[in-house]
Amino acid sequence: MSTLKSSSHSQSAFADAALLKLAAVDALKKLDPRAQLRNPVMFVVFLGAIVTTAVCFRSPSGFNLQITVWLWFTVFFANFAEALAEGRGKAQAASLRRMRTTTMARRLRGSTEDIVVAGDLHKGDLVVCEAGDIIPADGDVVEGIATVDESAITGESAPVIRESGGDHSAVTGGTRVISDRIVILVTNEPGNAFLDRMIAMVESASRQRTPNEIALGILLVSLTLVFVLAVGTLPALAHFSEKLAGQAGAVNVSLVVLVSLLVCLIPTTIGGLLSAIGISGIDRLIQRNVLATSGRAVEAAGDIDVLLLDKTGTITMGNRQAAAFMPAPGVEEKELAVAAHLASMADETPEGRSIVVLAKERFNLRAHDISERHVTWIPFSAHSRMSGVDMEGGLIRWRKGAADSMRRWVEENGGSYPSEVQALVEKVSASGGTPLVVAEQRRVLGVVQLKDVVKGGIRERFAQLRKMGIRTVMITGDNPMTAAAIAVEAGVDDFMAEATPEDKLARIREEQAKGHLVAMTGDGTNDAPALAHADVGVAMSTGTQAAREAGNMVDLDSNPTKLIEVVEIGKQLLMTRGALTTFSIANDVAKYFAIIPAMFLGLYATIPGERGPLAALDLMHLHSPESAILSAVIFNALIIIALIPLALRGVQYRAMGAVAVLRRNVMVYGLGGVIVPFIGIKLIDLLLAGLGLA
Amino acid sequence: MKPHDWVQIFLYLGILLAITPLLGMFMHRVFSGRRNILSAVIGPLERLIYKMAGVAPEREMRWTEYAGALFAFNILGIAVLLALQLTQQWLPLNPQNFPNVPFALALNTAVSFVTNTNWQAYSGESTLGYLVQMAGLTVQNFVSAATGIAVLIALARGLTRKSAETIGNFWADLVRATLYLLAPLSMVMAIVLIWQGVPQTFSAYVAAKPPDGIEQLIPLGPVASQIAIKQLGTNGGGYFGQNSAHPFENPTPFSNFIEMLAIFAIPAGLTYTYGLMTKDRRQGWTIFGAMLALFLAGFAISWWAELQPNAVTGLASNMEGKEVRFGVMNSVLFSTITTDASCGAVNAMHDSLTPLAGGVALLNLLLGEVIFGGVGAGMYGMLVFVVLTVFLAGLMVGRSPEYLGKKIEAHEVRWSVVAALAPCVCILIGLAVACSIPAGSATLGNQGPHGFSEMFYAFASAAANNGSALAGVGVNNNFYNYTLAICMFLGRFAIIGPVLAIAGSMAGKKVAPPSPGTFPTTGFTFAGLLVAVILIVGALTFFPALTLGPIVEHLVMGAGRSF
Repeated sequence: MSTLKSSSHSQSAFADAALLKLAAVDALKKLDPRAQLRNPVMFVVFLGAIVTTAVCFRSPSGFNLQITVWLWFTVFFANFAEALAEGRGKAQAASLRRMRTTTMARRLRGSTEDIVVAGDLHKGDLVVCEAGDIIPADGDVVEGIATVDESAITGESAPVIRESGGDHSAVTGGTRVISDRIVILVTNEPGNAFLDRMIAMVESASRQRTPNEIALGILLVSLTLVFVLAVGTLPALAHFSEKLAGQAGAVNVSLVVLVSLLVCLIPTTIGGLLSAIGISGIDRLIQRNVLATSGRAVEAAGDIDVLLLDKTGTITMGNRQAAAFMPAPGVEEKELAVAAHLASMADETPEGRSIVVLAKERFNLRAHDISERHVTWIPFSAHSRMSGVDMEGGLIRWRKGAADSMRRWVEENGGSYPSEVQALVEKVSASGGTPLVVAEQRRVLGVVQLKDVVKGGIRERFAQLRKMGIRTVMITGDNPMTAAAIAVEAGVDDFMAEATPEDKLARIREEQAKGHLVAMTGDGTNDAPALAHADVGVAMSTGTQAAREAGNMVDLDSNPTKLIEVVEIGKQLLMTRGALTTFSIANDVAKYFAIIPAMFLGLYATIPGERGPLAALDLMHLHSPESAILSAVIFNALIIIALIPLALRGVQYRAMGAVAVLRRNVMVYGLGGVIVPFIGIKLIDLLLAGLGLA
Repeated sequence: MKPHDWVQIFLYLGILLAITPLLGMFMHRVFSGRRNILSAVIGPLERLIYKMAGVAPEREMRWTEYAGALFAFNILGIAVLLALQLTQQWLPLNPQNFPNVPFALALNTAVSFVTNTNWQAYSGESTLGYLVQMAGLTVQNFVSAATGIAVLIALARGLTRKSAETIGNFWADLVRATLYLLAPLSMVMAIVLIWQGVPQTFSAYVAAKPPDGIEQLIPLGPVASQIAIKQLGTNGGGYFGQNSAHPFENPTPFSNFIEMLAIFAIPAGLTYTYGLMTKDRRQGWTIFGAMLALFLAGFAISWWAELQPNAVTGLASNMEGKEVRFGVMNSVLFSTITTDASCGAVNAMHDSLTPLAGGVALLNLLLGEVIFGGVGAGMYGMLVFVVLTVFLAGLMVGRSPEYLGKKIEAHEVRWSVVAALAPCVCILIGLAVACSIPAGSATLGNQGPHGFSEMFYAFASAAANNGSALAGVGVNNNFYNYTLAICMFLGRFAIIGPVLAIAGSMAGKKVAPPSPGTFPTTGFTFAGLLVAVILIVGALTFFPALTLGPIVEHLVMGAGRSF
């Protein structure tokens, strides 16, 4: 059961018929006034719909009925958007919950075991798990070692090792032990486990509104109040104008028209989609297998301007790799390669294997070339720090290993260690690499250069981040020289060499004191303070329980590079909010030009009953006052539906500087927001007139 | 559009542009308490005042204390002004023996001058004696202007300080604005005006017998001193009812030019001061640019409208209601400046402007008086719009909005919205009430859309603290005296309170250093956005009402109809 992965691959929620149906049902349930009250903008529409419904009972004209129906649609569409965004989370939560309910636990009391339901376990209990058991609760392994299948949580099928002590002791409830036996100390009270928090998160039931959402909410409510006021005072102004014109009944400020104007003006588009945007931001993180503990964390991710990245695994491949053969004077490169290749055959470390690979690539060497010769393999050992091979009964003895060990070995064998080789060794060290020396008894053949291999494309990624105003800091335990070399190659802005977890924490504090917002990843227990202190702390799910508790996000794939995506999602979330707010407000221009002339068409007309001077404001040349108002209301409802995919997907995101992003979004959503409704309302008006509806 | 019109316009803009940095730098020195060219002369006086008042100018105040001091001072100002008016017939310096002012008018006038509105429901020369004019009105002309500047400086401190708790000392700001800035500038300007023929005397009115034999009473008084501060402090309350159209207030085209320049001088200079305070002059120039763009657009529309052949009167251009010594261009330039700047001084009859030019004047009021605006008030009003713009557009760059490195959060949004919308609420509700009850339209002289515009303008002028009038509606009655007093009060203090609250909360924030990902608040893009937000907020709120006033009036006039 790889819940998160599989459901996230069913990409567009829009295409999923079951989800759509579920969302439609939920949208109806959300018509409950208590649910409506949570969204003040839509609550005004809701009240408006009730008012026009009441009017319909008294004077059921075709116009009144149509307006009423479309107002209810507006409310429904906004509910639908929210329900759809919640729907995916709910489906994921349901499958997670199924996993939890049936688990039984073998609780250890002294030396006796009893069987209890997983939900009855408390913090501090000890439980035993053997091959085949589902781990009943989050905890730390206190005894034993086992392989654990964590695919239910991570979607990763390869089992992982969990053992007592060290940084790999944390286990998660709901995962399965595949081999061996472990004793686990339960670290969470029931209901507060990792899985529970995941469920709560994806369900969005406990979703708190984020600070930015609250601020935007205040703005939207204020705009709504202003429009309530502008529309509410309009009848007085209009009737007074009738009096001044001496034309009683020249204006149409009936209740239904006023409600229509109000609903069109208040920011229903963003009001209806705001919560869907927030939910879908978290959902997009989940699709990338990152769990945020709060929406606030997602938002903070957008503001990050300093990334602390661990070198290993994020910037470079996990291990150092052979990069070049550097022969000693008088030695052919190929001869060196052959010796290095064979001397490394018995070296199972990644470094050793990378030498074999390099030799293959450069000189097409194959091990079976020597299979007939009498061969004794000397495996790599941490003690001797070298590996090698003896052939032809000890006639040929090749070794490769750390420079100082090799020097000793050559000198013990009566050879001399040439100064040219020493120079090569120093050169490689200075450039940040690791030199390995290859020798044949008394003769030094040369040096193999090992170095960190920077991941492909990471340099470009950092350049993009720089454009977005995000500084990258590489954290490494390497010495400063090595670190500097890699930093230059990877294109990071800064690096911390010989960094301890305490250094990390100090650096975070320092950056924050300067006003920066810092994100980092970590997995070890000693990363926990830094993770807790960072504005966005992404804990690797392979990490310790302490680390997972400290961070505000957990990456189920344990892929540190993902920090960059997290930042992008945060930015996209904020951009989507801003873009739709701008669009929503810009829309009002066209709506005014549709409705105001329709309301005041007869005012100051030369011949009473004819079109008056304000017909000049009817820029769209709409069919009739009724169709003008109706078209605006219909447009206002349909635009919510039309923008649901955008709200769920987020606006298109490109790594650009703020000025460029701003210009682009202002053009698309600001100017577009002014123009689109003119076209939309005109088209709807043509359709209504064609169908004879108004 | 004669060549000399263009010469004057460019001369005006050129001089404005030149004095902006000069005044800006000077004010920056004054308000940061550093030595300036006037320190030697005024410093001792300043220290004496502090000593007498028991003020420690270096003692910083939190925003609540600052606001408390400010409100206490202003409420006291209203009380004193009220008392002076209600008792003037028993007080000295009243050679014409004017009677005590009725309560409603006295309250309206007191609020009007304390709020820097200078709405005048009375005619000064026939209502108020010299003591009230000088000790009451002129004093408020100074201190209400100084209050506005103090609020701006406090806000600027709040925006630019890092993790601070305080925003300055109100008393020091008030005293410095008055002593170093308003008083010396007024003195210079008054002398220039006296040279141009504006009277400055305590003598009683002069009786004259012109050739037609009908005896006239020619009003006099300490006019030049009040005119200087009414322009410089964007007060606008004239000594005479006709304001700067009166030959004793504004005798020559040169005095007219000086008076127009005086209106914009301090508001423009404050943009530069602000730039210096943010340590990034582009911040100031960007706001200056946005203001200039809105000003020029309004002026261009007005000027064009006034030069169009009038379909109703059949005249080639609109000289009705304008002084011959100023002509069309100088009248329209003045009307645009005075409505942009919350000044309210007038040199022509705004009621006689064409619907479009009058509409521009009205829109300027409705936009919240942020186009240069009242001294200090325009700039702090503009900064409220800057905060709103940053919040609206800032999200679009994918970061939570920040201004000058500080996050704009719920608290700031809430108070910005209150500040931006308080005048809107006053205007709409006031106008709706006036439209609904007989007292509102009982004194309305005109029918048709123009009558509506006149009422609209009255509420807009009061809430925007402008003080100019379209007239046409009698406002010296209980209904208008009270409702407009409320509008003036809220239009002033329902903005100052929130602005100081924003200053306080922003002062305490940490500053994030700028990066390429930071939302830029300088340059053309931001200036354009700022202009757009101001127009959109104003237009969206008032479009229906404007339709019933200037817009339909313009359309009807085009059809050659009048009411």
